[in-house]
This record gives sequence, structure tokens and C-alpha cells, in this order.
Amino acid sequence: MPSTQPEEDHGPRAVRVTPTRGVSARPAGQDREFTVEARSQGRLILRRFLRHKLAVASLVVFVAVVLFAFAGATLWHYSYDQLTPDISAPPSLRHPFGTDSTGIDLMAMVMRGTQRSLEIALFVALAATCVGTVYGAIAGYYRGVSDTLMMRFVDLVLTFPTIAVAAILGAQVGTSAGSWFFIGIILAALTWPIVARVVRGSVLSLREKEFIEAARALGARDRRIIFGHLVPNVMGPVIVSVTILVAAAILSETGLSFIGFGVRPPDTSLGLLVSQAQTAVSTRPWLFYFPGAFIILIVLSINFIGDGLRDAFDPTQTRVRS
Amino acid sequence: MFAYAVRRLLISIPVLLISTFLVFLMVSLSGDPLAELRARQPPPPESVLRAQAHELRLDQPLLERYWHWISGIPHGDFGPSVQNINIGHEILTRFGVTIRLVLLAVLLAAIIAGIVGVVSAARQYSPLDYTLTGIGFLFLAMPVFWFAILLKQLAVNFNLQTGRVIFYTIGDRSIETTGGLGAQIGDIVGHLILPTIVLAITSFASWSRFNRASMLEVLGSDYVRLARAKGLPRRHVLVRHALRTALAPMVTVMSLDFAAFFSGAIVTETVFQWHGMGDLLLTSIRLRDVYPVLAWLLIAGTAVILMNLIADLLYAVLDPRIRYA
Repeated sequence: MPSTQPEEDHGPRAVRVTPTRGVSARPAGQDREFTVEARSQGRLILRRFLRHKLAVASLVVFVAVVLFAFAGATLWHYSYDQLTPDISAPPSLRHPFGTDSTGIDLMAMVMRGTQRSLEIALFVALAATCVGTVYGAIAGYYRGVSDTLMMRFVDLVLTFPTIAVAAILGAQVGTSAGSWFFIGIILAALTWPIVARVVRGSVLSLREKEFIEAARALGARDRRIIFGHLVPNVMGPVIVSVTILVAAAILSETGLSFIGFGVRPPDTSLGLLVSQAQTAVSTRPWLFYFPGAFIILIVLSINFIGDGLRDAFDPTQTRVRS
Repeated sequence: MFAYAVRRLLISIPVLLISTFLVFLMVSLSGDPLAELRARQPPPPESVLRAQAHELRLDQPLLERYWHWISGIPHGDFGPSVQNINIGHEILTRFGVTIRLVLLAVLLAAIIAGIVGVVSAARQYSPLDYTLTGIGFLFLAMPVFWFAILLKQLAVNFNLQTGRVIFYTIGDRSIETTGGLGAQIGDIVGHLILPTIVLAITSFASWSRFNRASMLEVLGSDYVRLARAKGLPRRHVLVRHALRTALAPMVTVMSLDFAAFFSGAIVTETVFQWHGMGDLLLTSIRLRDVYPVLAWLLIAGTAVILMNLIADLLYAVLDPRIRYA
């Protein structure tokens, strides 16, 4: 701070804090010694996230993968179901990822598979988050018997081995056109309890806070307290658990497709591609490595984004040994 | 503690009943187990179909079928199957195959997670910590089936290079084993190595992350500083004072993941072509054969509940402040 300012300005006015959201108080002239910038909660979180280099890099990678899958598929001149004369061609300029034994371009298939995996994962995240948040908030807010019963049910759902139950349910989906949508519903039905637990845990402590008491004293109804005051305040943990859900959903979906109960031919998914390539690892290795690398890339980047978000929302989590 | 264990087991019985009932509904309503028989050319006579339907209790109402199944279990009767197998006998044999994979993998994953967590926390922000964290994240992102195929291929190449079969890549044991008990055990262990590594490596990462975090918290606490100040050796403080406390939360996280091991085992068994519970489950689902699926869920569910109980009891051993009255 410059200390060579005129003496008459050393007063209480020297520190100016503007309470307005996200608006920084600029010095109104030469007469301010120093200023304090007020930042909203959201801005602080954004700043902390942007400082997490790995998370930002992962976000860039993730966006690139999304663009590759969705925009790339419309630009690329081969389609995932189009046979080309090049059979079992190794990666080349014509086919950057090579082709399979029927001559289908692997890059087109990987794009399609990534689309499917991402669609399913994002649907699962959205559906599971909505259901889990409302369920957990209600359980945590009302406590007592209803909470016990609701959380017992959550425990019950969580004891199911995901792949097993998803396979049982997925067996009926068949090859119908909207099958990825059903797989999303199945996985969402098995994963929402994860969010519900997180939300309930936060709501249990939040509901005792003064601002909830104040809201109640002002005559707010339960519904308003839950959706207007509690849910917005648990968004931090919820967003973090969304990243965990997306990563878990991609791994579950690819695993499910691998054992034959997820996305099925003629459609394709990353898990299905690996499954089809498992006998060709030594003869046509590109068929095995590219889809697998994409699964790892997607899940890895989402995990790092989640890590960055957790640090941004809750800096106390980053422990340093004292 | 004994009373607590008994109470926990009693509570889990209704949980198992409800979950088997839900799965029973799902599988029963999902399709016709006789579809394959009906589709045969030439079509089998009506009497055969009716006999088969009676055999599978399809002529009974749903609830009665479920009750019939439940009441048969105490007598060791797990119901009929379209695969012409004795489910009780079959699932027990296969359970033996799967549980040795799951238990070994859990044990191995816990040991790796413990070591990695302690080392990472003790050397926080060192190159070693970053390397271990990086490896952990990589395995966290790796699909079980992909890693399994990769490792299988590496083992096949390794066997080809050395000219000897060191890692078995197919099956849970050789079809004919020669030699005495020692050779047989060696054979089973040879088949176990790769699947166990696959299952353990793909699961340890989240545990080791957790262990690292709780180790860091414990290492920053006053009693650890006191122990160091007393002049106790660093290694002693790390293992005796810090690790013991830090392990307690990790045990909780572990117990939540046990069900996932059975999921992982299904995929791992598929890749290594084991005749374990996973294989039975997938075949039965494809055939819409409801009773083996139910038996699978019952056995796997019971195993998960027992493992959870052990974890809970272990929790009390690790943290003497917790006593189950």
C-alpha cells in the first residue's frame, strides 16, 4: 500500500467496502489510501476454482471431448454405421483411429460412443441430483420417524450391487431406439441415494442455523424454507457429488455395455467398443486402446473438476499438516 | 458387542427380504422364461409347455411364488431353474469361487490404500505424494474391464516370452489338476493373482485418498505433536498413534464399497472366464431364470451385510471411544 498519501485522508473513509454483489469499489480519486474489493460468494468460489490449475485444465479437456463427440461427429466425413473399403486399417491420416474388421471408421464410432456415454452420464447426474436433493432435504428437515424410514430406504437401495440390478433391469430394455434413455433411468434410480445422503447430512446442520429460525419466525412455510433457504445452501456439496455421479455413471454404463446389458448394437458406446475389441488386443490394438483411453480421459477430467470444485466450495477441506 | 452384532444381523433380515422381493418382482415381470422353449421349431406340444410352467411355478400367483421360494430356503430349496441345476448346490460352489476373489481383493486394496495413504500424508506435497496421487486418480478413472483385458494381455505376452505359464488368464482353476494338495493350491493361486490385482487396484484409489486426508488431519492434531515432543520415533508415531485413529474413518468408507466389489467381480469374472457367481447371474438374467438371480442376490447381499458388520466391529476395535452398548 502506498504510504505517501496526503495526511488528511487517513480516516475511516479510507477503507471502503461496497456491499453490492460483485461490484468492486474503485477509488473515487486520489484521496483514497486503499480499497477493499467486495466479492460475492459465487465470485470467491469461481476465483478459487480458477486458481486450481489442474481443474481448469481438466475443464478444458472435458469441453474439448464434448466438442469432439458432438460437433466432431457432424463434421467428420465417416459415420459410425458406414462401411468403408479399408478393413482393419491401422491408424492413418484417412482413419486417425483406424478401422475395425468390417471397415467402420473407429473415430466415428468413438465419437458416437462418447456421445452416448456423456448423454447417459449427464442424464443420470441431472435426474439423480433432482430426486436426491429433494428427498434428502425433506428427510433432513423433518427428521424423526419419517427421516429414519426414508434413510432406511436409501440404505436399502445402496446395498444393491449396481451392475447386477442394472443388468436385471437392462435385460428388458432390448434394442429399442431410446434404450440409452432407459439405461440412464436405471442408473439414476440406483444412484440418487448418494446425493440424498449428502444433502440430508448438510440439511441436518443447516436447519439449526439462525437464518432458518428467522425465516420460520417470519412465517415462512416449510416448503419455502426447504426450497428457498435450505436447497440453495447445500448446492456446494451437491455440485461436488454431481461430478462423482457423472464419473460413476460413465464407469457403470461402460461396464454394463461391456457385459451386454447396456447400449447394444447397432448403436454403440465406449464400453461396447472395448467389449468388441477384447479378442483383438494383440492383432488390432487400436480398437482396444482408443475407446479405453477416452473413458479414462473423460472420467479423469471429471474427477479433477470435482476436486477443484470441492476445494473452491470448501477451502477448509484442503488440509495442510501443521 | 455380541448383542450388538446379533441385533445388527436381525435388522438385516427384513432388508434382505425386501430387496429380494423387489428383485423378484423385477425379474418375474421382465419376461417369459419359456420364450426360448416356445420359439423352438417344431413347437413343443402344449403339455410340455404346461409341465414346464408348472415346474417353474408359473401357474401360481406372484406373491404365492415368492412365499413358496422364501419358505423353501430353510430346507435348502432355492427353487426350480430352467437351466436344470440344483441352485442351492450350484450357488454354494460358485460362491466359494467368487468370495475368495472378493475377500482377497478387499484385503489387498485395504493394505495398498493404508500404505499409500500413510506415505502420501507423511510426505505431503513431495514428488512421491504427487506420483502416488496421480496413479490413484488414474486407477480411479480406469474401467475394471479395460484394466482386466490389458493385464490379461500383458500376462499372455509374458507367458509367451518366458515360455512358461506363470499367470493363468482363463478360468478359476485348471480343468485337471495333477499332483497333491500343494499343486492344487498353487494352481488356484496362479489363477487368482491377476483377477485379484485387477479388482484391488481399481478400488484402492478412493480409499487411499480418504486415508491420506484423515492421516493429514490426525498428523496435525495435538496428541501427535505431543508424541513427537516426547521423543518417540517418527515411524512409531506414524503407525501406532496416527494410523490407528486415521484407519477408523477409512473402515467406514470401505464398508460402503463392499457391494461394489461384487459388481466389480461380475465384470472381472467375465473377462477371465471364471465360473463364479457373476457368470451364473448373467446367464440366468439372459434366460430370465428368476430363482438363480434371487439366490445370487440373497448370497451376495448376505455377504455384504456380514462384511459391513465386520467393518463396524473393526471400527470399535480401532477407536476405543466407540462402544456398542
